[in-house]
Amino acid sequence: MNVEARPNLSKVQEARVGIADCDVHPNPTSLEDEVFPFLEQKWRDHIETYGMPQRIGFAGGTQYPKGQPRASRRDSYPPEGGPPASSLSFFREQHLDPHHVDLAVMIPLRIGQALQNMDLAVALCAAINEWQQEFWTRKEPRIKGSIVMAYENASDCVAQIEKHAHKDDFVQISMLSRTPDPLGHRKYWPIYEAAAANGLPVGVHAFGYGGNPPTGGGYPSYYIEDMMAHAQSCQSLIVSMVYEGVFDRIPDMKLIIVEGGIAWLPSLAWRLDKIWEKNRMELSHVKRPPSEIIREHVWLTSQPIEEPDKRQQLVETIDWIGWENVLYASDYPHWDFDDPKRALPVQLTQEQRDGFFRNNAFKAYGLS
Amino acid sequence: MDPKTRAADVRAILPGAVDCDVHPSAPTMTQLMPYLDEYLAESVVNRGIEQLQSVHYPPNAPITIRADWRQGDGDGLARLQAHLLDGIGVGTAILNPLLGVQLLFNADMAAGFARGLNDYTAREWLDRDPRLRSSIVVAQQSPELAVDEIERLAGDKRFVQVLLLVMGDRPLGNQMYWPIYQAAEKHGLPVAIHAGSMYRHPTTGIGWSTFHSQDYAANAVNFQTTLTSLITEGVFSTHPDLKIVMSESGVTWLPSFLWRLDKYWHGLRMLTPWVDRMPREIVASNVRFTLQPVDAPQDAAVLSRVMEHVGTEDLLLFSTDYPHWQFDGDNAVPEGLSDSQIRRMMIDNPMATYPRLSEAAK
Repeated sequence: MNVEARPNLSKVQEARVGIADCDVHPNPTSLEDEVFPFLEQKWRDHIETYGMPQRIGFAGGTQYPKGQPRASRRDSYPPEGGPPASSLSFFREQHLDPHHVDLAVMIPLRIGQALQNMDLAVALCAAINEWQQEFWTRKEPRIKGSIVMAYENASDCVAQIEKHAHKDDFVQISMLSRTPDPLGHRKYWPIYEAAAANGLPVGVHAFGYGGNPPTGGGYPSYYIEDMMAHAQSCQSLIVSMVYEGVFDRIPDMKLIIVEGGIAWLPSLAWRLDKIWEKNRMELSHVKRPPSEIIREHVWLTSQPIEEPDKRQQLVETIDWIGWENVLYASDYPHWDFDDPKRALPVQLTQEQRDGFFRNNAFKAYGLS
Repeated sequence: MDPKTRAADVRAILPGAVDCDVHPSAPTMTQLMPYLDEYLAESVVNRGIEQLQSVHYPPNAPITIRADWRQGDGDGLARLQAHLLDGIGVGTAILNPLLGVQLLFNADMAAGFARGLNDYTAREWLDRDPRLRSSIVVAQQSPELAVDEIERLAGDKRFVQVLLLVMGDRPLGNQMYWPIYQAAEKHGLPVAIHAGSMYRHPTTGIGWSTFHSQDYAANAVNFQTTLTSLITEGVFSTHPDLKIVMSESGVTWLPSFLWRLDKYWHGLRMLTPWVDRMPREIVASNVRFTLQPVDAPQDAAVLSRVMEHVGTEDLLLFSTDYPHWQFDGDNAVPEGLSDSQIRRMMIDNPMATYPRLSEAAK
């Protein structure tokens, strides 16, 4: 997992063409220096006075202290200072260049998509979209942004999508998985309709503070439980979107699940088919077996990829998911970074390899 | 039913097969009244407490009772005998009574209903058919009161396990619940964790569902988070002889779940140092899964491959989940399980999991 990038050792799985990395996390050196310039003075004052409360008790930080500072690789701090992945030059040096990354999709986190103060969340997300362009996408064409938005306020989300969707800087919209209501809820439909109308996939990254306990049985005690439960939150949001009819209503909708793992999907799809068959009366708006809907509309990014002892079992699992539905992601600079040389250490066909590391992503994002 | 009259494609139920998840019809309040203590019985009347049915299994919903099992003469026991014991032909059936006593907020009232329900089950079901065994229903609201009920009934060997709902106040590995595990371990009682919720929280970590189908699907993800909790919070480190039976949980999610948990354990085990074995080893020694509902497609090759991923034939316990609609006809055993897996799940694994099945009743 936490493997150092080794710029001089690229023979293990040398790619003939560059890869697509569908989840990286550049950070501002500080909100004050890089993001405040895009905020009205009243919001700068507000943040300095009251902070940015979310639906958790701590004024800063997280509910569950992470395994290491900022959940980041200890070698990912730029030599010139600042937090991990805050320096474009070091980002290139440690990740983009040695790993032959042609496309890196940045997903800004810790930026308050679900702040308690909705107006602040709207303003901050708008600022972050400007920051992505100013500090990253315009300076480095290999990096593409994600349109972030205060997703509890659909009308402002639609405005952000329409403002940025036509730009080469952005390849998807981005939401978080732990929402106040499951993502199939009708209050989110205008967001999906706008994304689909503009040809953008909806990326849903694990994390977020929706105000619900992470499990149906309450709050767990430990960080490892919180981390593990992201796979279950992602399963629940797929259940919700399929059963609540999002994909039947919006045929062009593309969903990309980011950082929730992948290998649980076949079991989930089988289960949903069986429950659907028995509840056709309740689910009359769901016209096809859930497994078909999922195969057509849902992509998964690979990190943190499951690691069976018998690696061939992972291949068999991806056979069930569909090879075209899985996208490589590193999660740079976080601690559970998956090195592309080691993310899928199995014998693959050239087509599988090209799809996993590059082509599937370009297709999912509608890039050529 | 004579085996010769079965359709050729129905897998045989072995003589003596143990069905580890069966639901007796819930008693009406009138049926329960004679078994309630005086104060509670008076409360039922004076406060107009008419029923304790959980919304988790709407009485008329398709999964709750299979359509052809809604038919039949006689009371609930007579129908269960006709459909399951004499019909499908299981040798022993372990009853998991589903009445929403766990949903009450008044823990003393819950304990009162649990006592009444257990006594009702003993008199009206266990006394009337020696093929039946039961779980002990407890007030999940209060581990202290739950332990009292376990101690009260532990002497009756027809009670073979303790029943909890998968969605409680806190994840079930939490130390708050350990007294229940200690009492169960002491008496050689596995703890069955069954689908269902106390409805203290939304059924998913991302909020309330729109449809019953979503809530039913939510069970499987909550079995996953519960297994994470039991392992990482140290239940098996402290109670190494405790057996947990995941009931109505599904099982095809297990291999990928363990690939992920083993990986995270490697990366984060310094945060939970009491977990001194790989999670998969803990599951192999301490956790079992009932068969139905089988969350696999019809294709036998797929289930066969999934069972290879599971990697051991020790984990499954045969169940029909009667009368929930999980299969049609007498097809309780899906295609794709090996003959040795079938023998183990019907006979060997239940006998190893439930020491009380080998002991004389009473």
